[in-house]
Amino acid sequence: MALLEIRNVTKRFGNFTAVDNISIAIKAGEFFTLLGPSGCGKTTLLRMIAGFDAPDGGQILLDGKDLAGLPPEQRPFHTVFQSYALFPHMTVASNIGFPLKMAGKTPAEIKTRVAETLAEVELTPFADRYPHELSGGQKQRVAFARGLINQPRLLLLDEPLGALDEKLRENMQRELIKLQAEAGVTFIYVTHAQNEALALSHRIAVMNQGRIEQIDEPSRIYNFPVNRFVADFIGKINLLSARVLEVSAAHLKLTVTGLGEVTVPVSGHVKAGDEGVFAVRPEQVRIVAQSPEIPIESQLLGKIKDFLYIGDVTTYIIALSNNTLIEALLPNSVPGHAKLFDIGDPVVVSWQEQSAQFLPD
Amino acid sequence: MQTSSRLVKWLISAPPLAFLLIFFAAPSLIMIFTSFRLPGEFGGLAPVHILPGNASEDSGLTIETYRFFFSDFIYFEIFLKSFTVAALTTVICIAMAYPLALLIARSGKKFRNLMIMLVVLPFASNFLIRIYAWMIILGPESALSHMINNVLAVFGMAPVTLLFSPFAVLIGMIYVHLPFMILPLYTNLEKHDPILLDAAQDLGANRWQRFRYVTWPQSLPGIFSGSALVFIPVLGMFAIPDILGGTGDIMIGNLIKDQFLGTRDWPFGSTLSIMLTLAVLCIAGLFSWLAKPVTRIT
Repeated sequence: MALLEIRNVTKRFGNFTAVDNISIAIKAGEFFTLLGPSGCGKTTLLRMIAGFDAPDGGQILLDGKDLAGLPPEQRPFHTVFQSYALFPHMTVASNIGFPLKMAGKTPAEIKTRVAETLAEVELTPFADRYPHELSGGQKQRVAFARGLINQPRLLLLDEPLGALDEKLRENMQRELIKLQAEAGVTFIYVTHAQNEALALSHRIAVMNQGRIEQIDEPSRIYNFPVNRFVADFIGKINLLSARVLEVSAAHLKLTVTGLGEVTVPVSGHVKAGDEGVFAVRPEQVRIVAQSPEIPIESQLLGKIKDFLYIGDVTTYIIALSNNTLIEALLPNSVPGHAKLFDIGDPVVVSWQEQSAQFLPD
Repeated sequence: MQTSSRLVKWLISAPPLAFLLIFFAAPSLIMIFTSFRLPGEFGGLAPVHILPGNASEDSGLTIETYRFFFSDFIYFEIFLKSFTVAALTTVICIAMAYPLALLIARSGKKFRNLMIMLVVLPFASNFLIRIYAWMIILGPESALSHMINNVLAVFGMAPVTLLFSPFAVLIGMIYVHLPFMILPLYTNLEKHDPILLDAAQDLGANRWQRFRYVTWPQSLPGIFSGSALVFIPVLGMFAIPDILGGTGDIMIGNLIKDQFLGTRDWPFGSTLSIMLTLAVLCIAGLFSWLAKPVTRIT
C-alpha cells in the first residue's frame, strides 16, 4: 500500500482551478518531486498535503486513512519552507528542538536528540547562535534538521534550495540525497527547477495547469516524455511539427515540417493522420563538416548559424538549406580546440533513429 | 571630506543636543542644587553663603530634606502607592491592548488604517476635557453609577460611589494611556512574519503554543516599550488623581506639585523629584534590559 495516496484531488480559487483532479500514490522511503512552472498548482497541492488548505474534491489518505479535517499540527508531516521560516527569537538548538517540545518530549530527551541532530548536520558549534548570525547554507541545514528531528512520516519541501547560489545549491543537493537516505523519511519535494528534480528524485510528477502530465523516473521523463509540454519543460529539445503517415510494428513514418519524411520508433498509441511534433534532444544530434566522401543524398545539409559557448559544452544552431533551425550540443572535449565549428561552416546533420520520437499534441 | 562629514554630523545633532542641554540637563542640575538648600521664610529659597571660613557654620546648604524624606514612612508609602497604580495601569493596559493590537495587525490594510485612526482619535480633544468627561460618567447621578448600584442592590449590597476613589483614578489612568500601549504593540506585531505561525503549526504547535512560543516572545520588545510609555508617565501624573481621586488618593505627582505650589517648600519638592527621577531611571533600565526577545526551548 502506498504511504500517501492523493485521490482525485481538486482545489479551486474562485473561477480558477489550481489543482485539477490529481491522483498520485507515493511509496514509503521515496524521494518524490512535484515539478512544474510557477502557477501549475504544485505548491497548492503541497499545502493541501500539509493540511493548510482543504481540497474542494477528492481525498488525501495516509496509510489508507483519510486525512480530511486533521489540522496541520496533528499531521505527522513537517515542511521545509522556501524562506526557511526559522524562528528569529530562538537559537539554532531551540529551533531544532521545537518539534520535540511541541510533541511533549522531556527536556532531557530534547537535549540529547538536538545534540545528535546538530552533529549530523555539522552545526554543533552553532548551537547557541541565532538565525540572523548564520549563512544561507547554514540556515538551510537548520531548516532540514528541524524538519527531520521528530521523524515525520513525510517531509514536505517547498523549493528549499531556491534562495541559495548555484555552487552552494549543488552541494546542498548532494547533502539532501544523503540526508534522505540516512533518515529514511519519505520526501515530497516541490520545485520549478528541472535539473534539481532530475538530480534528486526517485520519481517526478510533471505538473502543468493543475494537472499531471507525466509521473516517472527522472531518466524516463527526460528520455521518453509523453507529450510536447514535458519534452519542452525538461531540458532542451528540438521540436518540429509533424504528422504521422504510416504506422508499422516498430516504426512510425512521419512527415516533418522542414525535414521531409522521417522514421522514428513507435511510441504510445498513435495512428496515421495524428498531428504532433517530431522531437530530438540537442545532445543526440550529430554534426560533421561537409566533405566529398560523404554522399550528399539522404543527408541534411546546413550551415552553422550561431552558437552559445558555455565552457564544457557548446550549443550550435544550424540552419538547414530550407532555413529550418536545429540545435546540436557538443562537448568541447577535443584538446587544443575551444570549439569545433564556427559561424558559416557547412555541416551535415544526422541522428540515430532511436534517439528521435513523435509526440502527439 | 572626513572633516566636512564630521562637521555636518555636528551641525545636524547640535540643535537637539543644545535643546536637551538647556531644557533638561540644566534644570536637572538646578533642581539637584535646590534640593540641598533651605526654604525661604515666605517660600522660594533661603540665600546661600558660600564664603571662605564660613562654610561649616551656616552655608545655607543642607541634606535636611533627604533626611526628612527617609525619616517619614508616609513618603515611602506614597511612592509605593504610586508604583502600585502605575504597575496596575500598565498590566491592565497590556491585557486590554494586546488583543486589539493583534486584531489590527492581522486584519486587512484598509481596516488597519481605520482602526489606528480611531485609536489616536481621542488625542484630538483636550486631555483635561476628557478627564472632566470621566467625572460626569463616573458621577453619582450618571447612568453608569445607577446601573452598577441597581445591580448591587439586587444582590443586597450597599451602593458605591465611583467618583473620587482609587477606582476612578485607575480608570482615568488606563483611559488616557491605553493608546500608548496599543501603538508600540501594534507596530511590533505588524512586523511578525506570518510564515512563522505556519511553520510552528506545521511542526506541531497548537493555537495556544503558537501564541506562547512564537507571537508572545517576539512581541516582548513591543510590550516593554509600551510599558515604559505607560508606567513612567502614570508614575508622575498629578492631574488625574487631582480630578478623579479622593482626598486620600494622592500620588507622587500631587505631592511634588503641592511642595511647589502649596506648601512652597522648593528644596523638599526638588528632593522628591530627584527620588522620582532615580526610581524612573531604575525602572527604565530594567525595561530595556528585559526587552531582548529571547526564547529557549531547552
